[in-house]
Amino acid sequence: MAVKTEQAKKKKKSKKEFVPNIVVFACNWCSYAGADNAGTNRLQHSPHFRVIRTMCSGRVAPGFVLKALKLGADGVLVSGCHFGDCHYIFGNYKQVEQFEVTKGLVKTLGLDMKRIRLEWVSAAEGPRWAELINEFVQQITELGPSPLNHKPGHK
Amino acid sequence: MDTATEQLKKNRAFLCLECGKCTAVCPISKVNNAYSPRRLLAEGLFYGAGDLASDRLLWSCLTCLLCSQRCPVDVKYSEYMRDVRAVAYSQGYFGNPSHGGALHHIMEMAASPKLRQNRTDWITKDLKVKQKGEVLYFVGCLPYYEELFSKDFEYSPISIAVDTVKILNHLGIEPVVLDNERCCGHDLYWLGQLDRFDQIAKLNLGEMEQAGVKQVITSCPECAVALRRLYPERVGENGLDVRHISQVISENKSRLRLGRWDGEVSFQDPCRLGRFMQVYDEPREIMSLIEGLQLHEMAHNRRGAICCGTTNWINCDATCKQIQKGRLDEARAAGAETLVTACPKCQIHFRCAQCGEESDKNGMKITDFVNIVASALKS
Repeated sequence: MAVKTEQAKKKKKSKKEFVPNIVVFACNWCSYAGADNAGTNRLQHSPHFRVIRTMCSGRVAPGFVLKALKLGADGVLVSGCHFGDCHYIFGNYKQVEQFEVTKGLVKTLGLDMKRIRLEWVSAAEGPRWAELINEFVQQITELGPSPLNHKPGHK
Repeated sequence: MDTATEQLKKNRAFLCLECGKCTAVCPISKVNNAYSPRRLLAEGLFYGAGDLASDRLLWSCLTCLLCSQRCPVDVKYSEYMRDVRAVAYSQGYFGNPSHGGALHHIMEMAASPKLRQNRTDWITKDLKVKQKGEVLYFVGCLPYYEELFSKDFEYSPISIAVDTVKILNHLGIEPVVLDNERCCGHDLYWLGQLDRFDQIAKLNLGEMEQAGVKQVITSCPECAVALRRLYPERVGENGLDVRHISQVISENKSRLRLGRWDGEVSFQDPCRLGRFMQVYDEPREIMSLIEGLQLHEMAHNRRGAICCGTTNWINCDATCKQIQKGRLDEARAAGAETLVTACPKCQIHFRCAQCGEESDKNGMKITDFVNIVASALKS
């Protein structure tokens, strides 16, 4: 009996632990393939993120990032091809411009700027993807839940 | 009585004479003949609002009140659209939001009680504002517009807030500016998201009560309408005295020292300031006091003024662009070089209309009423 209650206690404790919800926008041509590369190479990395594939990082308008935050995401990562590698030539340059606007809006909303991030990952950079995800999950875990996270237990 | 019938009855739709005046004056119908207020109303009367909910044109209505004003039996068409939209929204329908939906997400986030915004960066040391007091300046969405539009339009929307505080200081008023003031919720109300609107209204009124506010001044007519008419309607009387900045300037004009501002201007009556609040004379009166300013009235003015083409950041399309272009051409034909509006949104929409193809541009300068008054002030 005593063992059982201890186990139950442990379970309760782990439930209280903060598990971040992270939304990742990955471009079809580089970052999504980079994530695939990390998977096929069986690189261990944190599972606390959901990838949304977009055709190009340039398509990720400020509204997309804000919608993720509105729905309770604790962090949002936008990822695309390195400069010069973009399948659509200048989509990632467009994203840099848009991300400036996104940053301004997130700052005005009073959310921590560390919750959003823009990174470039190529199709060959599986290890870098795993490292980046681990680092970002770590960063968000330290920040704690977003004030817009309405999940019960995250008060 | 089912919801659809109740909505029709509440908004006096059964009194419709089928005269078609609403469609005759509707700015959308003039450009896009697929849209007709009379047809939408008749469809509601014959088949119920169920079919209407899935109609994409439902979201095109500008809620500018021009039709209701012309209606001989006072059918509340804009209010009817709001009620049908509320049903449509609850069924998962929504229009086509502009700017990637960014503005709608910001409005919806405003309903979250835990949000602590960082929106007072624009207050410089020369502007006198307080933390607590009786007179509040309600800034509205200007800090967000600054982030979204200042780069594209080479114009700073926040200058409206800065100039409003400058004018208030000039009149000897030191206003309160709230640190965590939320979006007024006006657009959510007209988009049928009434639960969120109520929540925002309660949060905003709570903040105002904490700061001891009795009088509210806004520089945006939409905020004024929301605080003055929609908050009492939805969440009960609040005893606030809400006024647009043009009304405040007009009341205190004895203390106003105005200099010169040269220019040929036309005044765009914002639908919320004009038809919703019946404020037509105040901005014109103040502008007539400015030396060198020549006001030319457009063909459609005052009660008959045409809307700037888009409302609630939804369903902005070629039709809206056409309305905006028509309005700018009307101002040009009246002999104006500058179009003055009293609503930050009108300004954004007209500036956007001038960003398109070469043939769309007619070189009209666009500015806010507050900016003109502030630049004509004598120190």
